[in-house]
Formats: sequence, structure tokens, C-alpha cells
Amino acid sequence: MNGISRRGVLGSAAALAATPLARPALAQPRWPSRPVQMICPWAAGGGTDAVLRIIAALLEKEFGQPFNVVNRTGGSGVVGHAAIAQAQPDGYTLGIITSEICMLHWQGLTEITYRNYTPLALMNNDPPGIHVNASAPYKDVKALADAIKASRPGQLKASGTGQGGSWHLALAGWLVAMGLKADHVRWVPSNGAAPAMQDLAAGGLDFTTCSVPEARAMLDAGRTRTLAIMAPERLSVFPNIPTLKEVTGVDYQTGSWRGIAGPAGLPAEVKAAIEPALGKVFQSQEYKDFLNARGFGMVYADAAGFARYMEQADKSLGDAMKAAGLAKA
Amino acid sequence: MTEMLEAFRLVAAPDVPIAILASAIYGLVVGSLPGLSATMATALLVPVTFYLSPIAAVATIITASAMAIFSGDIPGCLLRIPGTPASAAYTNEAYAMTRKGQAELALGAGLWFSAIGGIVGTLSLVLMAPLLAEMALSFSTFEYFWLAFLGLMCATLVARSSPIKAIAAMLLGLLIACIGMENPAGTPRFTFGIPDLLGGVEIIPALVGAFAVSEVIRAMVTPEPPPIPRRKFGSILAGQWQLTKKYQLPMWRGNLIGIIIGVLPGAGADMAAWVSYAMAKKFSKEQEKFGTGHPEGLVEAGASNNASLASGWVPALLFGIPGDTITAIAIGVLYMKGLNPGPTLFTERADSMYALYIIFILANIIMIPLGIGMIRVATLVLRAPRSAVMPVILLLCAVGSFATGNNLFAVILVALFGCLGFVMERNGYPVAAMVLGIVMGAMVEQNFITSLIKSDGDVMPFIERPVSGVLAAMTFGALLWPAGVWVWRRFGGGRLPAAETPR
Repeated sequence: MNGISRRGVLGSAAALAATPLARPALAQPRWPSRPVQMICPWAAGGGTDAVLRIIAALLEKEFGQPFNVVNRTGGSGVVGHAAIAQAQPDGYTLGIITSEICMLHWQGLTEITYRNYTPLALMNNDPPGIHVNASAPYKDVKALADAIKASRPGQLKASGTGQGGSWHLALAGWLVAMGLKADHVRWVPSNGAAPAMQDLAAGGLDFTTCSVPEARAMLDAGRTRTLAIMAPERLSVFPNIPTLKEVTGVDYQTGSWRGIAGPAGLPAEVKAAIEPALGKVFQSQEYKDFLNARGFGMVYADAAGFARYMEQADKSLGDAMKAAGLAKA
Repeated sequence: MTEMLEAFRLVAAPDVPIAILASAIYGLVVGSLPGLSATMATALLVPVTFYLSPIAAVATIITASAMAIFSGDIPGCLLRIPGTPASAAYTNEAYAMTRKGQAELALGAGLWFSAIGGIVGTLSLVLMAPLLAEMALSFSTFEYFWLAFLGLMCATLVARSSPIKAIAAMLLGLLIACIGMENPAGTPRFTFGIPDLLGGVEIIPALVGAFAVSEVIRAMVTPEPPPIPRRKFGSILAGQWQLTKKYQLPMWRGNLIGIIIGVLPGAGADMAAWVSYAMAKKFSKEQEKFGTGHPEGLVEAGASNNASLASGWVPALLFGIPGDTITAIAIGVLYMKGLNPGPTLFTERADSMYALYIIFILANIIMIPLGIGMIRVATLVLRAPRSAVMPVILLLCAVGSFATGNNLFAVILVALFGCLGFVMERNGYPVAAMVLGIVMGAMVEQNFITSLIKSDGDVMPFIERPVSGVLAAMTFGALLWPAGVWVWRRFGGGRLPAAETPR
């Protein structure tokens, strides 16, 4: 069974070696005529990796060519995202890109933005939730919002991820939308959502803003309550959790999303072949069952929709980062 | 009772034993290769679990990770190259035993006490899961800070060199842990504009370089050591019973420390092994023998890292909070297979839970025969000429570190740490202490800074909270103990016969 890693490594090496040979694209038969490499900028075993692996398996079924997932990790996602953007635009190197691509460049950590990609499809979005300790006095998100407005700056503490991560920006964006300063609630950076949820249950925090699937086990265990999600509509897996707009009227929405993309300038025939295939993958029972099982948000957009989505996300995340003082001038 | 029967039926389904056996062999192989950790073994299994039944899927992860943690001891013992970070603490000790011609005793101890640790850890999961989970939940960042700080202090204990050099090596490790933007402020530090450094120095390349590559360099510059006397490799399990009886106390202490550290989120098998080894040395009657090939530390740390593996599942199963990096991956698989973590898993899906317990026990039992086989194969490298073994190790290091992220930068890091490790060893600085600094650095900083943010800069909560007060007292006690002893000897105890007086 050790063959998995070896095969993965050899497969990617072979794909890399084969890239220059693929130059004369004109003479090529219908795409894909050989295995396609799918780059994942995050480590094997994580949520993004799992999403990409399911998509790759379904695309493989669809096209009858192997779609090999290769994890190119490092540099907080910069390395893998760059690898997709800088790949040969021949359709044989694609990948999964995540919301970080609309954040990293604002921090001055990379030159690459969403414009360096050919968007193919948005496959998932997890909106942030607002979670409090089960014994907290806030009955709903309105009560929490009032408590925030009444508090001294920095008095309340929230967490959910590291400094400048998606959930930090979600908090900053929400506070700005309420007419407060982005750092009115002090952000306690944590090493991912799980330690933040643990600290919330231990009573060390006032609330967290990570996604609902990340808070799910604590919610099921009755240790925490989820007051609302920052999304346009309720989640199908958690129909009892209201949206922020329903309760407070503040319409702020964001999320941590994942989509399939290739390098900029992907040939039209490749786009034409894969776009409907990704739509089919999204509609398939297997993909739906997978997202439901993990509690991941079922959001889809086609290539044009994904492009618009990223443009908007880039602006709104950039605004949130500037407000929170995280963007590089 | 019906649930128990149902659990046996679930485990007896044809795909489960096959999955256990296959993943056991897989885990043994991956764990014994330097550069491929138990976490990596688990991560690579995830795509395979897509196609398995829920019980078989979880079984592969449980089995492969337990096997990998044990088999990480094998290259450590035979070549002084730890296979996984969890073996790094006692690699020098195990290798010293091999040099003394006791390879079978060292490897057997690794195997036997790994299995015992795994089984005791499982029992803790079965009997005390809710209790342990409550304990884990009562730990806030203040407590974690002290815990990580205590972990750092093990640096002076695990090394055989002078404490000053050990501390210097540990501080170097802390400095290396500063690299990257994975710090509380999210600000890139010491990255020199290199994107690869943004994520910081990962522990696997550092470990592989500092131990394995430096060993290869050492082999190149030193003459072939006197060959270990060629003789028939003795029985692996003979002598383990005596060790069990002789070192009962360290064994139980190791199990206990492993269980406690495993339950705490964020601290896993690596830390359990370090702390246990240090404890074994601190409380041993034969401290001077440590580092010269003395099995006591192996007993305690070997039991500890496997015990932590099982108890790491407690917060994962009850609250979906990973006890270590392995359970972090396993949680995703649990959700995907409809075994959603939470208290209801223990009530509504009791049959599945019992099935998991059975698998834990089974995995630790089959570890013994399979481990013996693995050891027999692996010891062949002792007979192979060094000029044949070393290039293969170098190749494995490069491939293994590349495989973790398909990133060439990791291979460069391995080479750099190889040179660094070589220079350090040459000058008497223990690389183990540096690795400890890299492992613990992020944890110390993260918990210190976030605690201060939460308390608005007030340091009182570090000692006010009951658990953190106890941990703080332990830390200061350990820090001040040597000074206190010195003062006692110098002034108060001057008239008493000095402890070192030869009798």
C-alpha cells in the first residue's frame, strides 16, 4: 500500500517531465488525451484535499483519464497557488484554489491574484458562523451584537483562526458592517478553528467566527451554540441556524470558498470540455453526499460566475483587511 | 451486550480484517522510513478510505498510525535515525544499546512497550473517555503555555552533553521556530522574501536532516566503526518480561504521561516521548547509565508515545477536537463515514464505538508478530556494508521529505539541517535539543501571546488559575531545584557527607 505515495510522486514527476512535450497543442487530439495533474495548495488529509480528491475521482470517471491529485504545500498556501498559476496553460495542470488567493496579495505575500487564473467552477463555500459558549447569556445574535456595541473596545475577545485568516476578516467585516471599528472586538489568534472552539468551551473566549462544520462537534455535544451564519441563506445541513440578516438586518456575508481553476490563458476547448463536467460533478449524488457528510456548504458557480464571485470576494476581503489594518499599503 | 456482539460482528466483516492487516504492514513500512511520519501515513490513507466501509476506514487509520509510531523506533535503534518525530527523544539511547550488541533487546523493548502503551491507552479511552475529555476542556492557553515550557525544559535532561550546550541548542531550535508567518501576529519573520519560508520550517525536514543526513555525513568522514560482533540475532521478546518487572514504575508512569499528554489537544506522541524520557532519567536510580544504552528510558518513552496515540482519540471522538495531527485527519474521515464525533457517538452508535475499541486492541496485538517480522527484516541493514546503506538512506531522506509537500524546498532544508546537525554534533551540541526547540517553539509562543491578549496583558492568570498554578509551581520547582541543591550543599548541608563520596 506504500505504492500510493510512490505512485503520486512518480506520477507528478512524469507529468512534469511530459509538460514540454505537450507544446504543439494544435496537433493534439481531444482533451484530455493523457493524465491531468490537479494541484492542491494544502496538505493531504485536510478539507481542501478531500474536496479535490472527490472531484478528481469523479472527473476521472467522466473523462476516462487519470486526474492525479498532487499536494504542493508550503508558504501558507502561496507555493501551491503559485504552482497552478505558473503552470503551462495546456489543460494538463489544473488545481483547487481557495479564498486565500484573494487575501495573500493584499498582505504583500505574493504577486499572484485571482486574475492569474482561468476560473472553471466554484465548488463549495463555507460561511462563517457565530458561536458562543452554551452557558453564555446571549439568546440570539442580536443580543450579542448589542453586547458588542455596549462593550469597551477590546473588552470582548473572539477567535477562530490565525491573525488575518478568513474568520478574522469575517469578524472585522461584520463589525464594520455594524458601524464599529474593525478591532472593536479583540482577535485572539489561534492555530486553526479546533483550538479556538476548545478555548470557547473552556470559557476563555466570548465567541468564535469559524465555519459551522468546524464547530459542529461542540454544537452536537451541547457545549456551544451557534447564533447565526454570515450567509445569504440558511445551510441545508443546518436548517435551524438563522442568517445574520434575518435576525439583525445587517447584511454581511463572506466565506471560505474552494474552486477549480487553471492557469490564465487556458485553451477554449479545454474550458469547453471541463466546465460542463464540473457542473455534472457538482450535481452528482456522490459529491452531494460527500459535502453533506462533512457539513460543507453546497455552493456552485460556473466559470463566468466564479470569475465574478472572485472579483467581488477580492474587493470585500481587501476592504476587510484594510479596515483591520492587515493590508500592506 | 447486544451492542458488544454487534461490534464483534462489525469487526468480523470480511473487509475489516483485511484492512487492518494491509494497513498494519503499510504503517510499519512508512513509519520505518526516515522522513515519512505517522501523520503522513495517515494522510496518504484518506483517499483509500473513500472506498471502504466506515469501520474498515477508521480501522486503517488506527492500525497504520499505531504501527508507524512503533516502527519509527527501528531505524532509530539500528542507524541512529528516528523514523518518526515521536522516536527522536530516545534514538541515541536505543542506538547505544545496538552498539553494545543489544539491538534485539532495544527493538524488543520498543515493540513490547509500544503494544502495552497502546493497550493501556485504549483502556483509558474505554473507561475514562468522558472524564479525560472534561480534563482536556479545562485546559486553556495559560495551562498550555506552562506545559510547553515544561516540555522545553526536558532539553537539558535528554541530552548527555553539558546543560549549557543543550540549552544553547534548544535556543537555536526556538530561533528556527520563529521563521515564517505562522505566528500569532501573522507577520512574516526571517523569510527574506522567499515564499517557501512563509510557512516556517517544518519539523519533518528538520528532523530528517539533523538526524539522518548528519549521520550520513558522519559516516563519510569517519572510518568504519568496529563492526558489531556478528552473531545470531537473538530472540526479540526474550528479556522483555524481566524488563517489565524491573521497570514497572517507569512503564506505568510512561503510560500515564502518554495518556494525559495525548488527551490534551495540540500535544501528541512527540511530546509524550520527550517528557517521558526526561522523567525516566530524572527519577531513575541509575541516572548515570542514561545515554550509554540503558533500557529504562526506552521502556517509559516507548509506552508513552503509543499510549498518547490512543488517548488522542478522546477529545476527537467526544468534541471533534484533535488530540494530535493524526486525529485531526481522522476527524474528517469520521464525518465522511457518518460517524460524527460527539457524545451521541457513544450512546447512539455504541456498537461502532465498541468496534473501534476492539480494533485498537487488535491493532496493538498484531503489532507484536508483525513487528517481529519487520525487525527481522530491518536488522539485515546491520550486516550490510555501510557504503551500501548510507546512499540508500540519503535517497530515502530526499524522497521522503519531497513527498510530504511535493516541494523541492523541503529537500534543500534537509540538506541544510544535515550540515547543521553534523557541525553541532561535532562540537558537542545535542541535535535532539534543537529539534525539541523547533517542536515546542510555536506552542510556547502561540500560547504565551494569546494568553496575554486574552488577559489584556495581565500576567496574573498564569499563576492564578488552579491548574496553571500547579503547572507553574512545577516549572519553577524544576528550574530552582538545582540551585537549591547547590545552596544546600554549600551552606546547610556542608557537614553531611557529600552524595558523591565513594564508599
